[in-house]
Formats: sequence, C-alpha cells, structure tokens
Amino acid sequence: MSGAADVKSLPSPRLKRRGGFGDKLDVAIVILCALALWQFGALTIGSDVLSSPALALKKLYTVVTDPDFAGHLWETGRAFGTALVLALFGGLILGILLGIHRFSGEVAEPILSALYAIPKVTLYPVILLLFGLGISAKIAFGVIHGIIPVTLFTMNAVRNIRSVYFRTARSLRLTFPQLVWTIVLPATLPEIVSGFRLGFALTLLGTLIGEMFASQRGIGYMLIKAMETNDVDMLMALSVLLTVFATVASAGLLYLDRRLHAPS
Amino acid sequence: MSRASWYRIVLLAAFLAVLELCCRLGLIDRSAVIPPTEMIAGARDALSVAATRHGILLTLESVFASIVLSVTAGIATGLALHRLPRVHRALDPFLASYYAVPTFIFYPVFIVLFGLNRWPLVAIGFVFSVVAVVINTLDGLSRVPRALVRTALALRLSRAQTIIYVTFPAAMPWLLTGVKLAIAYSFIGVIAGEFVLSNEGLGHIIAFAYNSFENPTMYGLILVLFVIVGGINMAIWSQERRIYERRGGR
Amino acid sequence: MKQATVHARLGAVTKTFAAAVPPIHALGPVTLDLYQGEFFSVVGPSGCGKSTLLDVLAGLTLPSEGTVEFEGMLVRGTVPDGVGIVFQEDASFPWLNVYDNAAFGLRRKGIAETEVRQRVEHTLSFMGLMPFAKAYPAQLSGGMRQRLCIARTLVLRPRILLLDEPFGALDQQTRLLMGDELLKLWRETDATIFLITHSLDEAVLLSDRIGVMSTRPGRIIDLVETKWPSERDSRIVSDPTFGKLTARIWENLRDQSRKAIGLAS
Repeated sequence: MSGAADVKSLPSPRLKRRGGFGDKLDVAIVILCALALWQFGALTIGSDVLSSPALALKKLYTVVTDPDFAGHLWETGRAFGTALVLALFGGLILGILLGIHRFSGEVAEPILSALYAIPKVTLYPVILLLFGLGISAKIAFGVIHGIIPVTLFTMNAVRNIRSVYFRTARSLRLTFPQLVWTIVLPATLPEIVSGFRLGFALTLLGTLIGEMFASQRGIGYMLIKAMETNDVDMLMALSVLLTVFATVASAGLLYLDRRLHAPS
Repeated sequence: MSRASWYRIVLLAAFLAVLELCCRLGLIDRSAVIPPTEMIAGARDALSVAATRHGILLTLESVFASIVLSVTAGIATGLALHRLPRVHRALDPFLASYYAVPTFIFYPVFIVLFGLNRWPLVAIGFVFSVVAVVINTLDGLSRVPRALVRTALALRLSRAQTIIYVTFPAAMPWLLTGVKLAIAYSFIGVIAGEFVLSNEGLGHIIAFAYNSFENPTMYGLILVLFVIVGGINMAIWSQERRIYERRGGR
Repeated sequence: MKQATVHARLGAVTKTFAAAVPPIHALGPVTLDLYQGEFFSVVGPSGCGKSTLLDVLAGLTLPSEGTVEFEGMLVRGTVPDGVGIVFQEDASFPWLNVYDNAAFGLRRKGIAETEVRQRVEHTLSFMGLMPFAKAYPAQLSGGMRQRLCIARTLVLRPRILLLDEPFGALDQQTRLLMGDELLKLWRETDATIFLITHSLDEAVLLSDRIGVMSTRPGRIIDLVETKWPSERDSRIVSDPTFGKLTARIWENLRDQSRKAIGLAS
C-alpha cells in the first residue's frame, strides 16, 4: 500500500499555517522592516540614487493620477494578458503531452532545461528582427520567459502521477480527453498552480523588459525613460507599483496553492 | 548513448538543417536571421578577436562569483529560515513573488555601492539567484524523512553532526536543484545586466553587434553563449541522473 | 459446481520484455481455460509473472505469442467491456470523495445520474461504505480504500473480475474478512473471479480451482480443484481437506519459491 511511502517525503508539519492574526502581524512586521531599511538606504546612499519611501510614494500618486497613465497601463496590460494566456496554457498543454508520452518528455527535457538557463535577453535581437517593434514583440518576450517553466513544472508533475492511475484509466476504457480532464489534471493541480505562479512572475518580467526595448508606451517604457533621465523618484514609484501588483497576484495564487496542497 | 540522446541530436540537426535551408532560400529574411553555417563563421571570426575573448572571460568570472556567493548565502539563509519557522512564514509571500520584480532596475544603486566595476553585475546575478537557492534549500530541508532525524537523535549526534551527516545528504537533490538554478540565473542576471547597462562583457558585445547591424558577429556570439550554457547544463543534467539513479529516484 | 462454459481462455501465451537488457522472458507458455462463474486463484513465488499473466488476460498488455480470448472474442491490447480490474496498489483518487470515486466509471460512460445514484448506493451499501460516502480516501484505512476500489469496479457490473493481490498490504485479520466479503460478492454477482495471491491459505480458502505457477518464466505447473460448496466462508479452514490441499500446493511451490529467492533447492 502506498500510504507509508507517500508520507515519508511529505514536508514536515513545521510550516503549517497557524493562520489568523499572528501570521498577518508577522507579515506586517516584515513590511515595516523593509520600509525602514529602504529609508535607511535612501539616507546613506543618497537621494539621487535611491529616493526615500515618502518621495517615492508621493511620485507614485502623481503618476497614477496622471491622465496618460491609464494609456500606459492598458498597453502593458494588453501585452501581459495575452502573453500570460499563451504562456500558461501553452505550457500546460505542452507539459501534459510531454509528461504523458514519456519518450518525448525524455528527449525534450534537457533541451527545455537548457533553454530555461539561457539568458533570454540575448534572444531579444532575434525576436525584434522577427516581429518588429510593437506589441507582438512584447508578447513574444513575455511568452518565451513564462512558457518554459510552466512546461517543465507541468511535465514533471504529470510524470510523477502514480502509474496505477493510468492503469485504472485503461481498465475503465477512458478516452484520451477523459484521461487528461478527469485524472491527469486533478492529480497534478497543486503542482500546476505552483508552475503558474512562477510563470506569472516571469511572464510579467519578460513583458516589461520587452516594453523597454520595443515600445514607446507602457510601463516598461516608463521604466527605461526613467532610467535614461535618471528620474529616481519615478523609478522607485514604478518599482513599488510593480512590487505591490506582483506580490498581491502571487499571494492570490499562493493562497490557491495552499488550499490545493492541504490534505482534505 | 541512449535512444533519447540520439533522437535529441537528430532533432537538433534537423532543426538546424531546416533553418539553413529557409535562410538560403530566402524564406526567412536574411536581415533578420542568418543561416547556421554563417553563424558558425561569425562565431569563429568573433572569437579570433582578443578583445572578444577577454570580454567572455570577464563575463564568466562575474558569473562564477555570483554563483559562489548566491549558493553560499542562499543555503545559509535557507538553513537559518528552516530553524526559524515564524520568520519563514512571514517571508513566504515575498519569496514567492520575488521573481516578478525587475530587480535589475536597482543596477544604479549597485553602481553607487560598489563603483564602476564588475561588482554591480555580480550583485545583479546574486540578487537574481539567491532567492531560488533559498527556496529550494528550504524545500529540501523540509523533506528530510523524520525517520532519519530520529535516527540521528538515537545515535546522539550533535546538532552540527546532524546537519552535516544527515540533513544535508538527505536534502542534497533539492540543494542541487538550487545550485542548478543559481548557475542559470547568474548567467541570466550578469548577461542581462551587461546587455542593458555595461560597456564590457559578452552581453555588451552582443548588444553592440545588434546595434551596429553586425548580424554574423551577433548570432555567432549568441551561438557561443548557447554552447557554453547548454554544455554546462548537459553536464550537470547527466551527473544529476546518475546521482538520482543511485538513490533510487529522489 | 457451476456450468463448464469457457469464459476466458489463454492459448500458449508468452510474454517477453524485449526492451530490457537482457530481454526478460517473464511468462509462459501458459494455456488456461477459465470457466464461467468460477473462482480461480493463481499462486506462485515472487517475480514469477503472476501480475503479467493478469495484465495479458485483462488486455492491459499484448502477449508476445499466443492468443487471449474473452467471451469468444480475441483480446488485443485494449481492456474489453465486461472486464473489471482491481490493482495491487491503492488506486482510489484522493481528490474525490468515496461516492464520487465509486461513481467515476459510470459517469465516464455517460450513464444517467439517476441510475448512477442507484447503482453506487447499492454497491456502497453492499461493501459497507455508505456511512463514509462523503469522506475522502485519505481519511479511510487501507482495507476500506481497497473496498472502495472494488466498489468502483463492481458498479460497472463486470462479468469477470480480475484482482491482483488486492489484500497484499493488509493485516492478516483484515485479509480473512475481506476474503469473506469477496465470496459474498462472488455469490451475489455470479461473476467469474480471477485472483492473484501469494497466500496459499487464501487461495485454497476462496477458490474453486487454483493454478500453481513456477518461477520465471512462469508456467502453470499444477491445477488443483477444491470442490468446495459455493456457500463457504473463512470457517472452512477447519475442514480436513483444507490442510491436504494446502500441503499439496506447498509441495509444488516450496521448491519454486526457494529458487525464486536464490536459495539452493
């Protein structure tokens, strides 16, 4: 029986959420410490390189209430959204296929690993040459960043499905779509969500970097303009914006992840 | 060599052959992508220039420094957080969202801190890699089977002995994953940094070639980078497989 | 004794795993007729190919040589309709509760929900799992999980039920009780049962006929008839014939088992 063997490698219970107020307080403490460190850094390093939290937040307010901002946000949002859908679902499908068909997975894995490790920055010239300047290049940047980790995570998760489930599927004469939808996906959902979390973060990164190179609008563009004009307040303001967005989205997915990983 | 390896080689060879054909037949715009044979020629020409070789060496040095620093700091931090579960829980949401923040925008901060040398680049590599090492270290440490820890207690090992002789070996596969990621992310961080905001190193040379419309040089060096990173990856991957097989899977 | 129509038949079946280095000749040749409605067990030393035999019979794998027939039709690499399989490991889906697990196969076949409910409730009651219908497998004991796997197969009304050491991971007392459950189920459904077990006692206790297998490559070296009445349960161990049958089987099996684990015979 598999029970004992499965328990062997479960993470120890030390990190079980006690939940509630204590944990939220701890997180608040971390945020306060980070802010304190930031203020300290601003004072020592000098405000022409690192602005203080107060200045950055003030700038952020100005930026967000600027009428142009909505346009930039929409631009980035469009590109990011498309890239995200392509990266997550493309990666999911590829990962499932490569996970089920073991040999293909075996052939593909080192290639995907190597592609993951290659600095995608060096592919930007190629992408720009292929897609030109504009939104498709940005989407392409985003996708190449996000699709590989999602594929790798999904593929590994599918490979780790206990073989008895596949044999059960054959004994019940399930069709391939039934196998994927009713067994493969439910069995790997927690790992897929983990992969999605990383894919989300990296696709966002890729889209932003793409905007820095290939666009005249969008948050990435605002970033590079700020870097070129040495507008430190703007840089900090945008960083705060991005950090908050990424943290909130990631926390949301993390919550989902935890719920799915918890024993029922 | 295994069947899978053969297929892989055939696949790559076929891909290069098709690319070569498409470029030569004009199906792909020559000003966008050049045929692989010309890429190789470009690589050879570029590498014959001493300045290029020097740049590559600089990059490799910075990458190596970043790897060493991030692996050491990452494992140490992971170990510390493992023993301080409350701090770990508080930091968890931030660890998870870390990779969405474009940390390279802090490059100017690093320049101020370290000066106009290679260290800001090492810092970018470090900042990019260290969290991956921490996350994987924590993962591995949490999966050490309780039976092994209790064996250590039964044998009355000291805390240090437990960590060295039981915890680390048991967590090794996950630690190795962290090291793999540190290698990949250090390359990514350093080269991305060089690409955007530096005037030496492999990343910069590639960017310069792009901006000067020197496609053969650019593609040649991208190829060189692929070979370096791909080679390191393959070497690690085959070592990993051997270790895993001996342990009977993870 | 039930009628002697052949329900499934193996004709000179062998199985070799050619991809292994060196190739493994796992099974055969095996020729065997399974009669409608009988309870047939296979015992043999570990590694003798019992599970492979079940896989071939079920259509989970193609034989390297020979033919497999079920209800007169050739079995060729897919599991035929009417065949139910219970595996050695726990195959219950941890993400579904007991009820949904049991209903799984029926729902995939598109059976109407009202009929699903009727069949699932009947089978779960029969297997004593109704009180746990909303529980998840992780909350059940090993024995209950195996009962769930059996229930999941039973709702589909298989005409032949193949079980691969289904009670392997359970303790002895639970095994004996599960054996009684299996007999009850057999009488109620009139299905043909093909059971693989490494326990001699279990085989003799439960079966109408027992096939004894040799070490790898597994062949059937003895076929033993028990001639038990169909209304039997675990108390049959006190019947004097029980000891004689077990002794006969062990005589054949002892040498094979010694060879299998590397002792000189």
